[in-house]
Amino acid sequence: MIEAGFFYLFSGMAILSALGVIISGNTMYSVMWLILCFFNASGLFFLLGAEFLGIILILIYVGAVMVLFMFVIMMLEVNKTAKREGWLQYFPVGGMIALILFIELVAAATSGIFTSDKMMMMSHVGAEVNNTVEIGKVLYTEHLLGFEIAAIILLVALVGSIVLTIRERKDAKYQNISQQVKVRKEDRLRKVSM
Amino acid sequence: MDFIYNFIVGLIGVALFEGIVQVLIWTLEIVAIVVPVALAVAYTTYAERRVIGWIQVRQGCNRVGPYGLLQPLADGLKLFMKETIIPARANKFLFVAAPVMALTPALLAFAVVPFGETSLFGFWDEPHVMAIADLNVGILYIMAISSLAIYGILMAGWASNSKYALIGAIRATSQMISYEIAMGFSIVCVLILAGSLGLSDIVRAQAGGILHWYFIPLFPMFIVYFISGAAETNRSPFDLPEGEAELVAGFFVEYSGMWFAIFALAEYAAMILIALMTSILFLGGWHPPFEFLSFIPGTVWLLLKTSMLIFVFIWFRATFPRYRYDQVMRLGWKVFLPWTLAWIAVIGLATYAEQIHENLSFISDVIGFYQPWR
Repeated sequence: MIEAGFFYLFSGMAILSALGVIISGNTMYSVMWLILCFFNASGLFFLLGAEFLGIILILIYVGAVMVLFMFVIMMLEVNKTAKREGWLQYFPVGGMIALILFIELVAAATSGIFTSDKMMMMSHVGAEVNNTVEIGKVLYTEHLLGFEIAAIILLVALVGSIVLTIRERKDAKYQNISQQVKVRKEDRLRKVSM
Repeated sequence: MDFIYNFIVGLIGVALFEGIVQVLIWTLEIVAIVVPVALAVAYTTYAERRVIGWIQVRQGCNRVGPYGLLQPLADGLKLFMKETIIPARANKFLFVAAPVMALTPALLAFAVVPFGETSLFGFWDEPHVMAIADLNVGILYIMAISSLAIYGILMAGWASNSKYALIGAIRATSQMISYEIAMGFSIVCVLILAGSLGLSDIVRAQAGGILHWYFIPLFPMFIVYFISGAAETNRSPFDLPEGEAELVAGFFVEYSGMWFAIFALAEYAAMILIALMTSILFLGGWHPPFEFLSFIPGTVWLLLKTSMLIFVFIWFRATFPRYRYDQVMRLGWKVFLPWTLAWIAVIGLATYAEQIHENLSFISDVIGFYQPWR
């Protein structure tokens, strides 16, 4: 009973804060609403007994991804009036994506996996099983191929982003320590005959 | 209406029947952690001033009370009486919320720290772990919560509407993100050895004297973790975010009075947490270094180790000059990260060689494909 109460609390807050993300005028506040949304989603994971996923959600999304979001937004000059312009222009594409997502959600919800009796079973698995161990077992055996593919894609993205930002700057006065150490007196001193 | 009814009935049920005693115990537990932490923070500032004083051949604070022991209280009173000034162009809500967001995670993280094992003088049959919540993902919880501390700093820097504060916040962010990676990888080495994410399990895996503590097989990781901890908590020599020579006081330049004190409180609480975590992960937690010393309670050992590490932090501050910013980044990305990755490989291979037989059968399971695990 108390579990149901917390479920409605977390999911209600998640929906409200997701609305806050798109409604609030200040981009900074949007990011903070999104953080609140992630917290509530992780609360839902905790209710299911999936404490590993809940913590990882906070660690990765709140602790790292959103920090970088905020980092970028802090340095932007956000114009509040410009944000409202071109609303109609973006509406068709955005509406299409929203519709597709909605259809996907409905399809997932009606697929029979998320019926109430199965969810009850799932929600009480976590109590006696250490789900960090279980996730590790499944990830490295049944889903090994997918896991490795995801890892490679991430690695390629990582290398790509580093390569994109490399700029050789000739004017940078970057010191080369070994060169500095190797300097002799003759390199720096010059006798001038008077 | 059904779910509102459920929710209210559930709340009432907790409050009336099973709850009151449990809530009281929780409150007592929280008070028993937070009050000592607050006192420890106060007296860490005192210790810092005295120790730095001695290192620099002067007295430090010795005027208020015997040996200056009441100095932290006088400081607290002074800061409490001061006026809190909110800049005119600041974002008022975030400006006020930022110190709270800095302090909350610093205190929240103490919820899973195991301070020792006790059977309450024979009251319980088997020893219980002295922690508010002995989570089985404790170390992840600590990492997740301590990575939230950055929001307080970011908010403070942005909401102050000041260039110095903003630059300080930006520096703090990139520094904390860089060093979090090295910290995470050094923790991974500990996890491989201990085979568990629970802090109490990690401590138990180090039982049996100083030779079983993880700082011996993981010595480079111990150093990396501790130095990254100094960088993570913006301690000197990594206190670039508040570098007073360039940025006046960095992200809290606009803060005064009690709000400023809360930032200091958060910083010192984070420092104590890093010292505690280093002693738990690498220095055997509550275990004594030699078996014949086990008549001294475990908590005393843990706090002794922690105090020693806090002393080392203060020692750092008194002896090292501040890093230049590109050097901070270089140390994090080009020195610590490769080290930790290499050491993960070393430790991984070592444990792999130990259980090579089991692992070979595991691989044949994978190659034989569709053998669902179970």
